Amino acid sequence: MSENTPARPERLTREDAAYVARLARVDLTEEELDLYAGQLAAVLDHAAQVAAIATSGVEPTAHTLPLRNVLRDDVVRPSLDREEVLAQAPRAEDGRFMVPRILGEAP
Amino acid sequence: MSASEIAERVRRGETSAVDVLEEHLRAIEECDGALQAFLTVLGDTARAEAREIDRRVGAGEDPGPLAGVPVAVKDNLCTRGLPTTCASRILEGWLPPYDATVVERLRGAGAVVVGKTNLDEFAMGSSTENSAFGPTHNPHDPRRVPGGSSGGSAASVAAGLVPIALGSDTGGSIRQPSALCGVVGLKPTYGTVSRYGLVAFASSLDQVGPIARTVADAATLFDVIGGHDPRDSTSLERLNPLALARLEEGVDGMRVGVVVELLDGADASVVKRVHEAAEALAAAGANVEECSVPELGYALPAYYLLAPAEASSNLARYDGVRYGLRVDAPSAEAMNGATRAAGFGPEVKRRIMLGTYALSAGYYDAYYGQAQKVRTLIIRAFARAYEHVDVLIGATTPTTAFELGSKVDDPLAMYLSDVCTVPTNLAGHPAITVPFGADDLGLPIGVQLLAPALGETPMFQAAAVIEGAAPAAALPQICASTIGANQTSTRGER
Repeated sequence: MSENTPARPERLTREDAAYVARLARVDLTEEELDLYAGQLAAVLDHAAQVAAIATSGVEPTAHTLPLRNVLRDDVVRPSLDREEVLAQAPRAEDGRFMVPRILGEAP
Repeated sequence: MSASEIAERVRRGETSAVDVLEEHLRAIEECDGALQAFLTVLGDTARAEAREIDRRVGAGEDPGPLAGVPVAVKDNLCTRGLPTTCASRILEGWLPPYDATVVERLRGAGAVVVGKTNLDEFAMGSSTENSAFGPTHNPHDPRRVPGGSSGGSAASVAAGLVPIALGSDTGGSIRQPSALCGVVGLKPTYGTVSRYGLVAFASSLDQVGPIARTVADAATLFDVIGGHDPRDSTSLERLNPLALARLEEGVDGMRVGVVVELLDGADASVVKRVHEAAEALAAAGANVEECSVPELGYALPAYYLLAPAEASSNLARYDGVRYGLRVDAPSAEAMNGATRAAGFGPEVKRRIMLGTYALSAGYYDAYYGQAQKVRTLIIRAFARAYEHVDVLIGATTPTTAFELGSKVDDPLAMYLSDVCTVPTNLAGHPAITVPFGADDLGLPIGVQLLAPALGETPMFQAAAVIEGAAPAAALPQICASTIGANQTSTRGER
């Protein structure tokens, strides 16, 4: 194992699972947390095999194509129809998406 | 009838697209109650498309290489104004405002889109049991899974409900169900087929591809859907090699490597069939040797960090704001959490959590960063192997179709059924599965051919030779009259 290979992380706990569920904005029940924490720990135990592989000096691969920026000419062209798009939203008003308030106080 | 036969007869005016369509709609009516391969059957729009094909043939026009061919489309590909659910409650009732590029290209080639097929929710799974709308059944044994995630597409082709279908493959989701259902399935080189309108799962791995009953039909469909698309920034700016034109050139002098790592742990019956297929290539003039690519053993753990990481980011868009389900709550954040809790099924929740964890502060280097480096090692290992061989051969899946319910409670066991298919996605390479006989229970076995990026042409040539040498296949238990007695003779022609 090379020096810059990260150490094998500790096993995922129920508290970790609750924390990532909050980060991911998925409200889980207590039963779901119990179930997923164990299942995710088992999958991570398997996945943690990668930590033991020597990768000193190896560049990471994010995708397999030799592409950098892909640019197109800046020309006006038709986009999706606003009404057609808004018609698929749970709620829309005055040409905009409607959401519940995002700040602590009522408007 | 194969897709090529249908197109040829429709183009010559010997049969009408409407008659072909009605025959397949009847097949769906007869068989899909038992299979559950379709989430939506598009009777009315398909009839209108078929009438238009017949009108054009009547006017002396050529509708294209798929004239009048009924095609099923996996329900994670957008169809304008027609339901596209990804087998998820969160997109139930959503009508996309645009068509996927591959759907436009199908229609541009004269194909008739007959329906949207079932899948594991957001293509996350290997059995189609993760569909919010219930599982699809394997036509060879309805107590068993069709594989996944493109299980609906593979089952519908195997049972003769359509001659060809589109699937998507992020870690094996075209090849694994094709192998378990006894059909041909291609995962093309990353960037050769547009992802515009494919609902994103793991963007650096996802690729759309064909499922068919013959290698020639898979090649025809690949030639139709492939090619540059300015609407997909990862689309290669080069002409795709046309696979069909050079399909029959054989394998004389081709160098083939039998990969020991793609046979390790596979059922004895699967290993035996892979060796028989390799012998068939040798008999046709290929130089077959055994080879070892030990780094392929790293692929599964790396995949199950990288794919969920990308998924957790891609699925952030399902927030109850712009489309799909919303569960009302007093604040936006509470609305997001409640909507996602109600809209996503268990496997999607698990993958989002896995990915969020692998990307989170403190774990990024150990999990995500390390998996990306391992991805580089896998790519290098393939490159070394391809210095000596043109194509690689191995199992598509370690086992034949397993029983419904047997792995749903053990995610890791389910993930292990992707062990032979994920390396290809990590490398961005093409691979194809070809049916080659069955096990003792009569369940289909698939043999997998792999090639370096843009190596589709020699890969298809080897696939055609293997298809020609394959033992005659038994008809599925659930099977429409569109294939019936024809199937064995179609297989034997080449």
